[in-house]
Amino acid sequence: MSTPASATLPHHTGFNLKEWILTTDHKRIGILYLIGSMAAFGVAGIMALLIRMEQAQVGAQLITDPTQYNRWLFFHGAVMILAFLIPGLTGFAANYFLPLMIGAKDVAFPRINAFSVWLFYFAIILALLSLVIPDGPDIMWTGYPPYSVTTMANTSFYVFTIHLLGFSSILGAINFLVTVIYMRAPGMGWNQLNMFVWTTVAAFVLQLVFIPVLAAAVTLLLFDKYLGTHFYDPSAGGDVLLYQNLFWFYSHPAVYVIFLPAVGILFEIIATMSKNRIFNYKIAVYGGIWGIIAIGGIVWVHHLYVAGMPDWLRLGMMVTTLLISVPVGLLVMSLWGTLYKGAITYNVAMMYAAACLYLVLVGGLTGIPLALPSLTLHLSDTSFVHAHFHFIMALFSAFALFGGIYYWFPKMTGRLADSKMAVVSFWCNFIGVNVTFWPLFIIGLEGMPRRYWNYEMFPQFQPYHEVATAGAFLIGIGMLLQFINFIYAAINGPIAEDNPWKSKSLEWTHCPNPPGPGNFPEDVVVDENWTPYNYNTD
Amino acid sequence: MRRLETTLSGIFLGTLGSAFVAASAFAEGTGADGSADGFPDPAAGWDHLWKEVLTDITVIGVVFMIAALYMLIKFRAKSPDQVGGGRKLTAAQAVAWALIPASLFMADDFFLAANGWTQWNVQRRVPANAMEIKVTGQQWYWSFEYPDGTETDQLVVPIGQPIVLRMSSDDVIHSFGMPAYRVTEDVMPGRITYIWFNPDKPMDTVVTCREFCGMNHSVMYTKVRAVPQKDYEAWLKKQAAAG
Repeated sequence: MSTPASATLPHHTGFNLKEWILTTDHKRIGILYLIGSMAAFGVAGIMALLIRMEQAQVGAQLITDPTQYNRWLFFHGAVMILAFLIPGLTGFAANYFLPLMIGAKDVAFPRINAFSVWLFYFAIILALLSLVIPDGPDIMWTGYPPYSVTTMANTSFYVFTIHLLGFSSILGAINFLVTVIYMRAPGMGWNQLNMFVWTTVAAFVLQLVFIPVLAAAVTLLLFDKYLGTHFYDPSAGGDVLLYQNLFWFYSHPAVYVIFLPAVGILFEIIATMSKNRIFNYKIAVYGGIWGIIAIGGIVWVHHLYVAGMPDWLRLGMMVTTLLISVPVGLLVMSLWGTLYKGAITYNVAMMYAAACLYLVLVGGLTGIPLALPSLTLHLSDTSFVHAHFHFIMALFSAFALFGGIYYWFPKMTGRLADSKMAVVSFWCNFIGVNVTFWPLFIIGLEGMPRRYWNYEMFPQFQPYHEVATAGAFLIGIGMLLQFINFIYAAINGPIAEDNPWKSKSLEWTHCPNPPGPGNFPEDVVVDENWTPYNYNTD
Repeated sequence: MRRLETTLSGIFLGTLGSAFVAASAFAEGTGADGSADGFPDPAAGWDHLWKEVLTDITVIGVVFMIAALYMLIKFRAKSPDQVGGGRKLTAAQAVAWALIPASLFMADDFFLAANGWTQWNVQRRVPANAMEIKVTGQQWYWSFEYPDGTETDQLVVPIGQPIVLRMSSDDVIHSFGMPAYRVTEDVMPGRITYIWFNPDKPMDTVVTCREFCGMNHSVMYTKVRAVPQKDYEAWLKKQAAAG
């Protein structure tokens, strides 16, 4: 057992559970992350449907006890962010494709990589247990004290879940940063990297820098609750806002941990499907991606605009928050420019990418009013905020991830997932998200508060909630069809050519579908003229 | 090249100009003070700023969406072997394609920041003649204490006078949200926060809790009534007698 399983096998033969569990192959680890994150998405998605059913009409619809509803909200938020979006984009997509894109045989530390995915599974098990324990957490994913300390609910499962996921992410971050720095194919310079590689590098830098702060925040919460300390208790010299500052110090950058790899996937799909070079590559990388890193860590107070922060700090963070539009704008210019004079072919992956261009506009631009403390003074914690962050974080990133799964499906399985069913499920999802979230913008402006199961004080909002609930079920149908399609295509889909989209990127040009252990039949060497987007040599 | 230089210097001047406009708006905002009888209405200011921002983001969104749709339709491949015709940018073009959009975005940012700042000063500067009411949040109800010491479970205020709420919580964090007056502020233990608003016409509305505070978060609301001065006085007398 001293050598990695992948090193002793000439190629993967058939299905062997032990091989999968003990694997150190980055591609299998990537698939394990994919399965785990999709399972998390499924469960948290069912919670979303329950929440929408409860909100469909004024008064209790499903629940007998409001705590039940609060647990669904907690679980939906915590699991979607921590167990679906982050592991789906970094754990799955980066694990599988980053080493392939840089021409590496595996990651720098394959066994640490295996340890990361194990920690992720332990974390998912802990999160699922918190659903069945008698005093399930009802503290929202933010877990603000004093409520999270005074509630009767058990919050330790959540804290330990964050510890495990944080540990897993930090190990992953170190692993992938070392891989990109030291294991690029000979000849591959920094300006020849795939956009997806750059965006995940940035995401891993953020994880490495900011996760420890979140771990500290929730650890002090655990101490306050179970060991009787008073870090967040003002009656004994503590401060309730300390937690919120620490929490958002990580959790705002976490938005970019999700957003950036999603943008990276979008670049890969759009460049390949338009057979075009990345428009203004260096500016997109050094201005866009690294610009977000530079400003992204100093905007967190916009989550505390109405939390009684000093006025000078609210105004300072208003300016930094607005300035995020500059790097994001550069990325948008580059994405739009990559379409210009392209030769676009459409498939389901490209349909998801096109939808993302719309989602990023709606989600990004509705962030501008929320960047102003003066407008947030009314909009704070309304369903306007709820719709905004769903568009930019949840929908945009999930659409990019699903587009990526269609795009790389032939690479992972050797088969095509493009089918009529995939197109139908795309339209269900796309129409569904609009039907669900636009009504929430509208009633948010009128003052519909977040996290309400009952809105008897605002009966006039009921029609909007009914429409939103119908939209959620449309998404539910779309997602169900999508998963059926994935499973069916993985087993029975038409066999794909080696490079079905005629991409120039290494994961398509230099290794078979799916790649065996060691990834590349021959060592990859590139010259200074090579780029992953070298479609025309003008 | 000459045209590029002209364009760039124009953009720089434009940005500089908008920064100047922003700075003077900041200065003006800082100088404005709530006086005894003439004070700006924060809710009307909110609506005005919202319309401005909504117009701004709608224009940007529509322009980019039209550009995307145009390209997604226009640049479809004519044959399977066709490749894209995007050119490699020269260094000057690359820089221009960064600086021009970045300057435009920044100019818009500073413009919105300046207007946001001005409105913020209105929202945070309490007029001198404001009547102060103490608000306490508890799981799961609001209570109000009037200047004469009367305590009630709903907020009744006289019209024609600015009201400032000094707020704190006895247990967990709540948030005092009154959509009709466009104000929200968290209410928490160990701190006193404030908001002010200007009830200018008789109106019955509600305050809801905007920060998750436990089991009955969704039913932590009460009535807010703005009534003529004499009705207010009669109401307060009755409350004091009952209390």
